[in-house]
Amino acid sequence: MSQGLVFDIKRYSINDGPGIRITIFLKGCPLHCLWCHNPESISPKIQKLFTAAKCIGCGECCRVCPVHACRLTSEGVITDGSLCTLCGQCADVCPTLATEMSGRFRSVDDLLGIIEKERPFFDQSGGGVTFSGGEPMQQPEFLSELLEACGRKNIHRAVDTSGFVKTETLLRVAKSTDLFLYDLKLMDPDRHQRYTGVDNRLILDNLKALAASGAAIQVRIPLIGGVNDDSANLEATAAFVAALPGAKKAVNLLPYHDVARGKDVKLGQVRDLAELREPDAAEVALAREVFCRFGLNANVGG
Amino acid sequence: MERDLKIVPQRKAAAEGNFYPEKPDAIGPGMNERVQRLRKLSVEVEPSLSIERALHETAFYRENYGKYSIPVLRALNFLDHCQKKTLYLGDDELIVGERGPRPKAVPTFPELTCHSVEDFHVLNTREQQRYTISEADIATYAREVIPYWQGRTVRERIFAHVPGEWQAAYEAGLFTEFMEQRAPGHTALDGQIYRRGMLDFKLQIAAELAALDYLNDPEATDKAEQLKAMDISCDAVILFAERHAELAETMAAGAINPQRSAELRKIAEVCRRVPAHAPSSFHEAIQMYWFVHLGTITELNGWDAMNPGHFDQHLAPFYAADIAAGALTRDQAKELLCCFWVKVNNHPAPPKVGITARESGTYNDFTNINIGGITGDGKDGVSEVSYIMLEVIEELHILQPGSSVHVSSKTPDRFLNAACKVIRQGHGYPSVFNPDVYVVELLRQGKSIKDAREGGCSGCIEVGAFGKEAFVLTGYLNVPKVLEITLNNGIDPLTGKLAGIETGDPLGFTSYDELYGAFLRQLNFIVDTKVQVSNYIDRMFAKYAPAPFLSVVIEDCISKGKDYYDGGPRYNTNYIQCTGLGTTTDSLAALKKHVFEDRSFSMERLLKAIAGNFAGEDFLRQTIINKTPFFGNDDDYADDIALQVYHDLLAAIDGKPNVKGEAFHLNMLSTTCHIYFGKVMGATPNGRLAGKSISDGTSPSHGADTHGPSAVIRTLTKLDHTMSGGTLLNQRFLPSLLKRDEDVARLGQLIRSYFTLGGHHIQFNIVDTATLKAAQETPEDYKDLLVRMAGYSDYFNDMNADLQQEVIERTENESF
Repeated sequence: MSQGLVFDIKRYSINDGPGIRITIFLKGCPLHCLWCHNPESISPKIQKLFTAAKCIGCGECCRVCPVHACRLTSEGVITDGSLCTLCGQCADVCPTLATEMSGRFRSVDDLLGIIEKERPFFDQSGGGVTFSGGEPMQQPEFLSELLEACGRKNIHRAVDTSGFVKTETLLRVAKSTDLFLYDLKLMDPDRHQRYTGVDNRLILDNLKALAASGAAIQVRIPLIGGVNDDSANLEATAAFVAALPGAKKAVNLLPYHDVARGKDVKLGQVRDLAELREPDAAEVALAREVFCRFGLNANVGG
Repeated sequence: MERDLKIVPQRKAAAEGNFYPEKPDAIGPGMNERVQRLRKLSVEVEPSLSIERALHETAFYRENYGKYSIPVLRALNFLDHCQKKTLYLGDDELIVGERGPRPKAVPTFPELTCHSVEDFHVLNTREQQRYTISEADIATYAREVIPYWQGRTVRERIFAHVPGEWQAAYEAGLFTEFMEQRAPGHTALDGQIYRRGMLDFKLQIAAELAALDYLNDPEATDKAEQLKAMDISCDAVILFAERHAELAETMAAGAINPQRSAELRKIAEVCRRVPAHAPSSFHEAIQMYWFVHLGTITELNGWDAMNPGHFDQHLAPFYAADIAAGALTRDQAKELLCCFWVKVNNHPAPPKVGITARESGTYNDFTNINIGGITGDGKDGVSEVSYIMLEVIEELHILQPGSSVHVSSKTPDRFLNAACKVIRQGHGYPSVFNPDVYVVELLRQGKSIKDAREGGCSGCIEVGAFGKEAFVLTGYLNVPKVLEITLNNGIDPLTGKLAGIETGDPLGFTSYDELYGAFLRQLNFIVDTKVQVSNYIDRMFAKYAPAPFLSVVIEDCISKGKDYYDGGPRYNTNYIQCTGLGTTTDSLAALKKHVFEDRSFSMERLLKAIAGNFAGEDFLRQTIINKTPFFGNDDDYADDIALQVYHDLLAAIDGKPNVKGEAFHLNMLSTTCHIYFGKVMGATPNGRLAGKSISDGTSPSHGADTHGPSAVIRTLTKLDHTMSGGTLLNQRFLPSLLKRDEDVARLGQLIRSYFTLGGHHIQFNIVDTATLKAAQETPEDYKDLLVRMAGYSDYFNDMNADLQQEVIERTENESF
C-alpha cells in the first residue's frame, strides 16, 4: 500500500466539481504561479509553518527539539533549516498551533476511510471526491491507486490539474477519473513562462489530447487583473477551448483574491505581488461575455 | 388610564428593525400599501404595558372570589374581561383583534406574578426589551392591583413551598423553572377548530355534563365545575368576536371610503360567523384561529404564546375551495396571511422578572408556524399555501411569528429549494425540521401514528402531538454547571455555598471513571431536586390557575371533564431542556486526556487554573483548546463522551413519572438560556473563560468545530435523536457560501443528508463577521439584521452586548 503526501483535506467542498465533495490536496507542484493561493503546496516535501502572531513564547518547541534547531527570539521561534529534520515534534507540543507541519504521509486506506465518511453527502448531492494540489499527478502511482479504490466504491472522482504532466500519465489517470478540472492560465508562452515558471505548450497539447480521449473536462481559469484579463488573452483562451475536440467544455472563471500573502509569511518567503489585482465585478462580467461569445457555457466561481 | 397612541413611539422609530430608508414614499416591504402600512405600524410601535386586564381581574376577584369553584371563577373572570376590554380595530386591518387595547400593548397577569412598582420602573427604562408604562398607570397599579395580590400569587406560593436544596441549586443556576412566573405553555393546535365552532363545542360540553355519573364517579362534581367553566369560556370568545362585529359595523357606517366600508362590513360578517361556527372560507379560517389564539393568551400567559401548528395544511382546503369557486385570488390569500403575520408581531411576550428575565431576554413569544411536513395519513403536506407562506416570510421580514419548514423524505425538492432561498436572505427564518425523525420520537412516547404525524414543533424545537397534548417545558438544566460543582465537591465556586451534594474531593479521584461517577451522582441529585418542584408547581396550576378555554380546544379535555393542566389532554408530557452538551463533553474530554491519560497536567493544577480563570496559565489553556478532541469534529474520542452524557441524561430524566400519570422526557434546547448559564459559571476545563456562554442546544462549543458542517453533522447523528423530544443544531453560514443557485441546492442537500442520518432540526444564520462587527459600531445602519438565535430569531440591534458577542463567536464556515 503506497503512501502519499497530503497537505489538506476539505469537507463540504462545494466549488471543486458537482455536488457536495471532499477535496484532498496533494503536495508538490511543477508550477510556481505568482498568484498561488497555496504556496505550501508547491514543495513536494513536508514543510514547517510558523505563525508569529500565535506564538506565546513558551519555548516548548525548543525544549523538545532533538537536534536543537529551534531558537526562541524576541520575534518568535527561528528554525535553523540546516539542522531541522522535519520530525514534527515541535508542532506536536505547540499549544497554540503557531508551529504546524504542512504535509503528512497518508495511506490509500486512511484516505478512503475519510472519504467514505462523506458518503451520505455524496448520495444526496451527486458529489464525490476531488484530488487537487499542488499537482496531484506529481504523485502518479499514489493518485492512481486512490482513484481506482474510489472507483471500486462507486465514488465520483474529479482531478484538478495544471496539465503540466507527462501525456501518458495524464491519459492513464484519465481512465479512472470521472471529471477533470483543468486549469488554463495564459495563452502567450513567454508570459506563461514568466508568471508560472514553465512553458505552456505541454499544457495546451495535453488538454487537446485529453479532450480527444473523450474525458469529461471543465476548464478553470483564474482571472487575475493585470496578468490574464486582457481581451487578447481571454479571446485566445476562449478560441482554444471552443476548438477542443468533443462536446463544448464548461468554463469556470475564478476571480483572484489577495489571500496569499499571509501564507508566504508562514513559510518565511516573500513574493512581489504588486502587479496582481483583484478584478472587479464588471471586469469579471466582461470576461465571462468573451467566453459566451465563443459559444461556451462560462460561469463565475467553482 | 391608557396612554394616547399618538405619544407611544417616544424612542426613535425603528427600535425593532425598521430597516428601510426614511423617505416619505418608502414605508418598507410588503406586497401592497396596506400590508406595508400595517407592517410599518407593527414594527415601529414600541412595546408597552397595559394595566387594563389586571384592573378588571383584580376588581373581579375582589367581588367574586369564594363564590364559585376555581375553574368557574377563572372562566367568569375571562368572560368579564372579554365583555369590558378596550377593542382595537385599526385602519387597513382585515384580520382583527388585539390582546391589549392597541398593538404591542401587553397585559399583566398578577394572579401568577404581580409586578412591583420597581419592576415597572426597570421595564420602562432599561435599554433592551423595554416596555413603556406611564407613571400614572404605575400609581394606579400600586393602588388598585398590588395590594390585593400580595401573598396570593402563584409565584409567591411556589417560593414559600420550595425546599432548601432546590433554592440553593436554583440560585446557583443549575436549572431554571419555567412555571415559576408564567403558565405552562408551548401549546399548538390541530385541525379541530376549522371543523367545529364554539357552538359545536358547547353542545359537546352539554352532552358530557348531562352524562356525568354522580352515583359512581367520585370526580363527577369536579368534572361538572370544569365543564361549566369551559362552556362559559366558549361564550366569552363568541362575545369577544361579536363586539368586534358591532364595532366594524359602526365603523363601516361612518367610513368615507367606500372600499374600506365594504371591508369593514366583510370583517363584521366574518366575526359574526367565527368562532361561534366553523369557518367556511379562507378569510374566516384565519380569523377563527386568531380569535382562539387571542383567547388562550388572554386567559393566561402560557409560555410560547400559542401556535397554529400546521397552518398551511389547515388552510389548504379553504384555499382550494375558495379559488375553485372564484371567491378568492392568490394575492388576496397572501394579503390575508400578511395581515395575520403582522397580528402575531403585534404581540410581544409578557415581560418577565427575576432569573427568568435574565435567561429569556427577548420580545419574541415563540409562535412557530409549521410549514410543509406530512399529513395525518402520511402524505406530503406541501400545498400552494406553503409556498405563499414562504413568500410572506421573505417579504415581511418581521420578528414574529417564527416559522419552520418540515422536510420529510416525501417533501419535494422544489419546496426545499424555495425554503433554502428564504434562508439565504439571512432573516433567520425558517428553521428546518425532520418529520421522519420526530414522528418516531412521538411514537416512542406513546402517541398513535396519526397523532404523531399531526404533531410537530412548537416554540423552538420541542415536539408534541398538536391539539392533543400538554407538553410542558419545565426549565433548562445547566449540565456543565453540574460538572463544575462536581469538581468542587458540591460547592458552587462562585458563592462558596453548597449547591448540590458532596460527591468527593476531586483531588482524590484516581481515574476518569471515578470522576465521571461523581458527576453522575450529582446529575441525578440535581434532576430529582428539580423534578420534585416541577411536580408541585404542576399541581398548583391545576388547582389554582386552570385554563378552561385552552381546555376546550385541546382534544379529550372535554370528554375527560378535566383541565389542560390537570391531565385533560390525550397526552401529557413534561420536558426538561438540557443545555451545554458541547461544553460538558469538551470539558470531560480535556480532563480525560490531559489529566488522566497523557498526564500533561495534574488535577490540582487544572482546578487552580480554572479557579483563577486561567490567569497565568495560557500554556495550559491553549494546549487544552488546541490539543483536545472536541465535540463536533467527527472524532470518536469526544463523540463517545457526548454519547455517554446523552445516555445518562436520558437515564436520569426520561420516563420519570409526572403528576398526570405520564412521564418526563428530555430535549436538547437552550433558546437564550446558555448565555445566562454561562454567566453563573466560572471557567471550565475546556478552556472556556468565566462568564462566557456555554454551548447551545446540541451545537458544538463556539469555535470547537473546525472541520466544517459535514463533520458537525456526522458528530450530531451519532446521537439517537429519536430518544429525545427535540435537539437543536445551529450552523452559521456566510453569505458567500450561498451566492449561486447551485450553492442553495447544496444547502438543501446538506439538510437532506442530516435528516437521512437521523437529525431532528437544523437552522442557519447567514451572516458574516465583518457585517456583525460593523453592526456593533454603527447599529443604526444595520437595523435589518435579523439573526437566528438558538431556536428563534431576533434583531441584532435589540440584543444585549452578550448576545451580540455570542453571535459573532459562533463558528463560521468561512474557509469552505
